[in-house]
Amino acid sequence: MTTPVIAAEALSIDYKLEGGWANALLDISLEINSLEIHGLVGESGSGKSTLALALMRYLAPNARISGGRIFFDGEEITHHSAAQMRALWGRGFSLVPQDALASLNPSYTIGEQIAEITRLHDGLTRAQARAGAIEMLRRVKIADPETVAARYPHQLSGGMQQRVTIAMALSARPRLLILDEPTTSLDVTTEAVILDLFRELIRENGAAALYVSHDLGLVAQLCDRVTVLYGGEVMASAPVTDLFKRPLHPYTISLLASLPRPTTGVETRLPTIPGAAPSLAERPRGCVFADRCPAAEQRCHDEKPALEVIHDGRLIKCHRWREIADGSLQIDTSPKTRGVDAAPRPGHVLQAISIRKTFGRRSLFDRWLGRPSSGVRAVDDVSLAIRRRSTLGLVGESGSGKTTLARCIIGLETADSGELELLELPLSLRLNERKPAELRELQMVFQNPNDALNPFMTVGAAISRTIRRLDRTLSREQLHDRVSALLNAVRLTPEYADRYPSELSGGEKQRVAIARAFATNPALVLADEPTSSLDVSVQSVILNLLKDLRAEQGASYLFISHDLRAVSYLADWIVVMYLGEIVETGDVDQVYLAPSHPYTEALISAIAVPDPTVKQGRIRLEGELPSARQLPSGCRFHTRCPRKVGAICEQEAPPWQDCGDGHFIRCHIPADELRVLQQTPPESAVVNALGD
Amino acid sequence: MARFLTRRLLLLALTLLIASAIIFLLTQVLPGDPARLILGREARPEAIENLRQQLGLNDPIPTQYINWLTRFAGGDWGTSFTGGSAPIRPLVLERLGNSLRLAALALVISIPLSIGLGVIAGLRENSLLDGAILVLTLSVVGLPEFVTGLVLINVFALGLGWFPASATAPPDAPLGEWLRQLTLPAIAATFVLMAYVVRMTRAGVIDELKKPYVRTAELKGLPRRQVIFKHVLRNALLPTITVIALSFGWLIGGLIVIENVFSYPGLGRLMTTAILRKDIPLMQAIVMVVIFFVALANLAADILYALLNPRIRLE
Repeated sequence: MTTPVIAAEALSIDYKLEGGWANALLDISLEINSLEIHGLVGESGSGKSTLALALMRYLAPNARISGGRIFFDGEEITHHSAAQMRALWGRGFSLVPQDALASLNPSYTIGEQIAEITRLHDGLTRAQARAGAIEMLRRVKIADPETVAARYPHQLSGGMQQRVTIAMALSARPRLLILDEPTTSLDVTTEAVILDLFRELIRENGAAALYVSHDLGLVAQLCDRVTVLYGGEVMASAPVTDLFKRPLHPYTISLLASLPRPTTGVETRLPTIPGAAPSLAERPRGCVFADRCPAAEQRCHDEKPALEVIHDGRLIKCHRWREIADGSLQIDTSPKTRGVDAAPRPGHVLQAISIRKTFGRRSLFDRWLGRPSSGVRAVDDVSLAIRRRSTLGLVGESGSGKTTLARCIIGLETADSGELELLELPLSLRLNERKPAELRELQMVFQNPNDALNPFMTVGAAISRTIRRLDRTLSREQLHDRVSALLNAVRLTPEYADRYPSELSGGEKQRVAIARAFATNPALVLADEPTSSLDVSVQSVILNLLKDLRAEQGASYLFISHDLRAVSYLADWIVVMYLGEIVETGDVDQVYLAPSHPYTEALISAIAVPDPTVKQGRIRLEGELPSARQLPSGCRFHTRCPRKVGAICEQEAPPWQDCGDGHFIRCHIPADELRVLQQTPPESAVVNALGD
Repeated sequence: MARFLTRRLLLLALTLLIASAIIFLLTQVLPGDPARLILGREARPEAIENLRQQLGLNDPIPTQYINWLTRFAGGDWGTSFTGGSAPIRPLVLERLGNSLRLAALALVISIPLSIGLGVIAGLRENSLLDGAILVLTLSVVGLPEFVTGLVLINVFALGLGWFPASATAPPDAPLGEWLRQLTLPAIAATFVLMAYVVRMTRAGVIDELKKPYVRTAELKGLPRRQVIFKHVLRNALLPTITVIALSFGWLIGGLIVIENVFSYPGLGRLMTTAILRKDIPLMQAIVMVVIFFVALANLAADILYALLNPRIRLE
C-alpha cells in the first residue's frame, strides 16, 4: 500500500458563533494518492471549501479542529505550528482559488507574484526566479509569457488570470494541489482548455489533486474518485464510474437526476430535491439528509448512519444502501407534480431588426479627421424574433454581446440604430419615449439576485413597488392580494412578504426577483443567466418554475445563458452569438445536431457531460476572444475556428446558409460538408487537446 | 500622463481664477471703507475721496477685479493698509516659509506615528489594544487645539522646560534650535491629524486582510511579516496616502489656533492679524496662497495615488 499524499481521519471542524461552537464538518475521512484527482462535490454550505482549506491546515480565525487527524505524506500535521505549516504551504500544498482576480495582489506584476514562491522555497535569486516565472507561464500555455509577466492582474482576461494562479500554484512543484472551483467564473470554452491543462500538469508533476466543484459534469470528466459532501458530512465516496453509473446514496441519485441534460427537451419538468440544505447551527440527531430524502424511514431521523466501507475504499453513509444496491429499493426521482407546458402561439411578442450598439464615443479628434469610432461594437446588426409564449435561448461566451442586446431591448441601453417591435407594434429604442403600457410588457431577471434586490426593502415592498410604479389605481387590499398571488406563483408562502433579502437563500431571492418581474403581467421576460449563481439542486427548481410560469402567465422569455444544458431545457429556439453577431439560429434539435456552425460545435463540445464513460467532444478553441474594438476581418470566428478552410475565411464575411425549417448557419463551409465533417472532430483540435 | 498633467494643471489654474473672483467679491462686501481705514477716522472727506480715486475704489467692480488680478499675477501684491504701507509679497512669502517648515515637521512626526498605530489597530481588530488606540486618538482630536496646545506648553515648556513656550523661529536659527522651537506646535498639529489617519489606516488594513489575495500570499508560505508588509500594506495604505497629501494643504493655512497659541509667525497667524486690522489686500494675498497650496495638495494626492495604484490609468 502506498502512503496517501493527504489523509483525513474522522476530521471535525467547528466554528465559533455567538456564544458557542457550531459543528461545520463532522467525521470526514478522505484519502488522496499520488496522481489521483479527487473530486469533492457539494452544494453551497456543504462545507466543501472549508474542508479543502482545512486539509491544508488553513482555518479561519474563528474555526478549530475539534476532532480527528490529518496526515500529509504519512506525517501527522494536525497540530503543526504556524511556522511548520508555512514551510509546507506553497511547497507541499498549493491552492488554485475560485476567484482568480481577487486572489492576485492588484499592486504587483504577475511575474513578481510567481517569482516570490521560488525565491522563498528554492532560494532562487531574483533573476532566476523571474526566468522561472516566465517558464511557468509558458507551461500553462500563455502565448507571450514575457509580456504577461510584466502585466498587472487587472490587465488580463479571466482565463489568463486563472492560468496565472495555476502557474503560481505549480511553481514550487507541490505534492498536493487543491483546486477550489477554479473554473466557475470562466466561459465553457475557456473552462475546457483549463481542465485539459490540469490533467496534463498534474500528471507531469506527479502530484495529487483535490478538485472542489458543484459541477457534476466537470467532476465526471476530470476526476478519478469523488467524495460527496452534504451538510458537512461525507455521504458517499467512490471511484468516479461507480458513483455516476451505480450511485448508492439517495442524495447522489437525486443530485444526478436533477441535472438538466441536452436531451431533456421532451420532459416537461426536471426532478428536484425538495427542501433546503441544512444550516450550520443545527446538526440533526439522525441522518443529515433525512429531511429531504425520498427514501427516509423513521430510523433515518432517529439514528445517524455510520460511514461504511463497502469495498475497495468505496464509502457510504446511509441506512438503506444495501436495499438500493440489490435493487429492492428504487429511489423515485421523478417530479412529484407534472408541469403544464403550452405550445408557442402564432405571432411575435418581440422583433428586433438590425440592432447595433457601439460603446465608447467618437472623440472630437476622430470626428475632425473623419475617422470612424474606435469604440467597442458590442452588438452589430442583430435581428431576432420571439414568438408568443415561447423561449428564445441566447447563447455565447462573455463578450459575445448577448447581455448588451438584452439591455438594448429592455431600454437600459439605447441602441444606436435598428428597430424594435413589441407585440407587433413599433417600440422606441429610447426608454424615456416608451409608454407605461409598453414598460409593463417588458421585465428583466438578473444574474445575481443579491444585487438585484434592495437590502432595506422587504420582499412585499419590493414587489408592490413595481406593481404601483406601473399601475397606480390599485387599493391597498388589491395590492396585498396581488403580492400574495405572485409569491404563491413562485412557490413561496405569503409570509415571505415581510422578510428582508438577507433572510432568504440564494434560490429564494431569485424567486422573489422572478415574482417581481411577473408583477406587471409582462409579455416578455428577459432572463440574464438567472441560474448561473445558484446551486445545482436550486437551478433545477428555478428552471422548472420558469417553465411553469410561462404556461400559467402566458409569458415569453429571452433566456440568456452560457450554459447550453439549461438553455436546451427551457428554450424552443436558440440564437448563438459571437462577437456581436449571430452565427447560427434554429430550434434546439437543429442547433444541437450536425450541421452546426463550428463555434456552436465548439460550445457543445465544451460542455462537461455528467457521465464518466462518455468521452466527450474534444474541440478546444485556441486563443482568446478577440477584442471587439478590433474585429477580425472576414468571418469574425476565423482566428479561433478549428475548421477554418483558408483565405476566404479571413477575407470575406460568410453567407447565411438556409439548412431548412428555419435553421440558419453563417459559414463558408457548405452545410452538407459541415454535416459530414462533424461526424469526427477536427484533426487539429484532437492534436491540441491531446498535445502531450 | 502628459495629457493628464496638462489637463489637471489647466484645472488648477481655473480653480485659482474662480477662487480669486470669490475672494475679491467677498472682500468687497466687507463693511468699512478701505480709504477711511488707511487715513484714520479724522481724515477730511476730500483726502478720502482723493485716496479712493488713487486706489481705484471708484471704478466698477469688474474693472477693479481685473486690475487687481493682473497686478497680483504679475507679482505686485500691493501694500498693506496698515503697518506703514509695507509691501505684502515679502511678508507673506516669509510667513509661508515658516508655515511650510511647521507643516513638514508635523507630517514627519504624524505620518509614522499614525500609520503605525493604525496598522497595529487594524491587525488586532477588536482587541484591547485596538480599543485603546481608538480611544486615545479620538480623545486627542476631540480636545480643541488651544487646550492641547496649552497643556503641551504647561507640561513640556513651563513644567519640564524641555521646549520653549513660544516658537519664534528666526530663519537664520541653527537646525537644532529650530527643531526645539517647532516641536510643540508640530505635536499639537499631529494630534489633530492623527485620529483621521489612524482610522483610515486601520480600516484599510482590516479591509485588505479580508481579501482573497492575502490568503494566496499566506498559502505561498511567505512569513507573516512579508505577508503584512509586502502584500497587505502595499494596498491598505493607498487611501491613507491620499488623505495625508490632502492634509498638507490644511497644514499650510489651517493652523490658525495653534500658531496663535504658540505665537508662531506662520500664515495662519498673519491671517488673524489681517482680519483684525481689516487689511484687505493682505487677506486676499494670504487666501490666494493658501488656496494655491490646497489645490496643489489635491493634485499631488491624485498623482501619487495613480502612481502607486496600477489599476488607475492616467489619461
